[in-house]
Amino acid sequence: MELLELFLKSIFIENMIFATFLGMCSYLAVSKKVSTAVGLGAAVIFVQVITVPLNYLLDKYILRPGALTWLGEEYAEYDLSFLTFILFIATVATMVQLVEMVVEKFAPALYNSLGIFLPLIAVNCAILGGSLFMQQKDFATITEATVYGLGSGIGWFLAILAIGAIREKIRYSNVPPVFRGLGMTFILTGLMAIGFMSFGGMLTGGSDAPKKEVVENVAPAVTEEVNEVATDSTALETKTDSLTQTVQE
Amino acid sequence: MADNLNVEKEPLFSKKNIGLVKDPLVDNNPVTVQVLGICSALAITAELKASVIMALSVIFVLAAGNVLISLLRNLIPPSIRIIAQLVVVAALVIIVDLTLKAYVPDLAKKLSVFVGLIITNCIIMGRFEAFALGNGPWKSFLDGVGNAAGYGLILVIVGFFRELLGSGKLFGFPVFGDPVEKTGLYALGYENNGFMLLAPMALITLGLIIGFQRSRNKSLIETN
Repeated sequence: MELLELFLKSIFIENMIFATFLGMCSYLAVSKKVSTAVGLGAAVIFVQVITVPLNYLLDKYILRPGALTWLGEEYAEYDLSFLTFILFIATVATMVQLVEMVVEKFAPALYNSLGIFLPLIAVNCAILGGSLFMQQKDFATITEATVYGLGSGIGWFLAILAIGAIREKIRYSNVPPVFRGLGMTFILTGLMAIGFMSFGGMLTGGSDAPKKEVVENVAPAVTEEVNEVATDSTALETKTDSLTQTVQE
Repeated sequence: MADNLNVEKEPLFSKKNIGLVKDPLVDNNPVTVQVLGICSALAITAELKASVIMALSVIFVLAAGNVLISLLRNLIPPSIRIIAQLVVVAALVIIVDLTLKAYVPDLAKKLSVFVGLIITNCIIMGRFEAFALGNGPWKSFLDGVGNAAGYGLILVIVGFFRELLGSGKLFGFPVFGDPVEKTGLYALGYENNGFMLLAPMALITLGLIIGFQRSRNKSLIETN
C-alpha cells in the first residue's frame, strides 16, 4: 500500500516536469511530435528504473557517513558524501552507454525506435535529479527506490506525451506571433502544472499525509482573508510558503 | 571602451571578443533563444537571493569549465568526451556545493539538489560542445561568462518578479510595507499574490518574458 502511494505520488504530485522542472531541455526540444516524444519518454523510464536503484546501492554502501562499515570497523568514521555528484553522474553516463550497447545487440527494433535519444539521456536532468531526490528522501529499502524511479520516469513520460499532443494540435490555432513556439509551450506547461497541483489532495490515506493538511488549510485561509483582511494574510503567506516548499521538495 | 586601452598589445577585448560576451546576454540568450538550461533553474527563482546565488554559481562553473575543456580539447579522445566533460563539470560543481555549504548553509539547504543539477544543465554541455572544443581558452572564457550571465539575467528577472509580487519583498526586505501592520501599499488594500511563489508561475513568467523579447526583436519569432 505504501509502495502504491509512493508510486502515485512520484507520478502525479512530485511530477518531474511540473513540480521540479527537471529535464526541461529535452522536454522542450523533443516534444514537437508525439512519436518522438514517446520514444524519449520510454527511454527515460527505462534508464530511470536502472539508475535510481543502482545509485541507491552506491549511496547506501559507499557514500553515506558510516556506509563503509561493511569493509571493517576501522572504516566506520568515513564520510564520502562529497563524492555524490561525481559518482552518480558517472553511474548515469556509464549505464546509459551500457544500456545503449545491450539494447543495440539484443533488441535492434527498440534501439532503432529510441534512436539518438538514448545517448541524450546522459545529460537529462531528470535522471540525475531522480537519483539526487532519491538520496534526499532517504528510502529504507531498494524496492522503494525502484518504485520511485519507475514512478518519476512514468510521470516524465506522461508530461512529454501530453505536451507533444498539444503542440501537434496547436499548429492549427491562431497563437499571437510573439508567443509562437517556445513562449506558448512555457505557458501551456505552466497551466498544466497548475492542473497537476490539484493532485496534491489525492492521497488522503497513509501514515503521514502532509500534502492533505496543507491543501485543506489553504482554502479556508483564502476565504477568511476575503471576509477579514486584518490578521490572516500572514497566515496565508506562511501557508503558501510551506506549500511551495512541499511542492518543491 | 576597453578596446582603446589594449589596442597596442594583443587586442584582448577586440570587438569580436566583446561580442562573445554581449551577444548571449539578449540577442542570443541561452534560455530564451537557444532553449538551454531551463532544467535546474526555475524551481529556485521564488526568491531573488537564491536566483543570484544560482546565477553566480553557474557563471563560475561555466567559465572555469569552458577554460578547462578548451585547454584539454586536444587531449580528449572524441569517443569518451561526454564522460570527460561530465567529470570536469562534476568536480567544479562539488567545489561550488562545498563553498555554498560552508558560507551560506541555510541557502544551500534551500537550493538542495539544484546545485548538483548544474552538472546536467544543458547550457554547460551545450557550450562545451559548441564552443570550448573548438576555440582557445580566452575566447572560451569570454563565451562562458557571456552565456552564463545571459542565463543568470533571466533567473534574476524571473526571481525579481516572483519575489516582488509573491511576497512583496526584494532580497528579503519588505518593499511595499508590512502586510501584518498594514503599512505602505497594504494600507490601501494591496495584497500579495501568493500564487506567484508556486512552481507553475515560474513557467508562465518565463513564457511572458519570451513573448516580450520577441515583440521587441521580430527576427526571433518562430513559425508555428
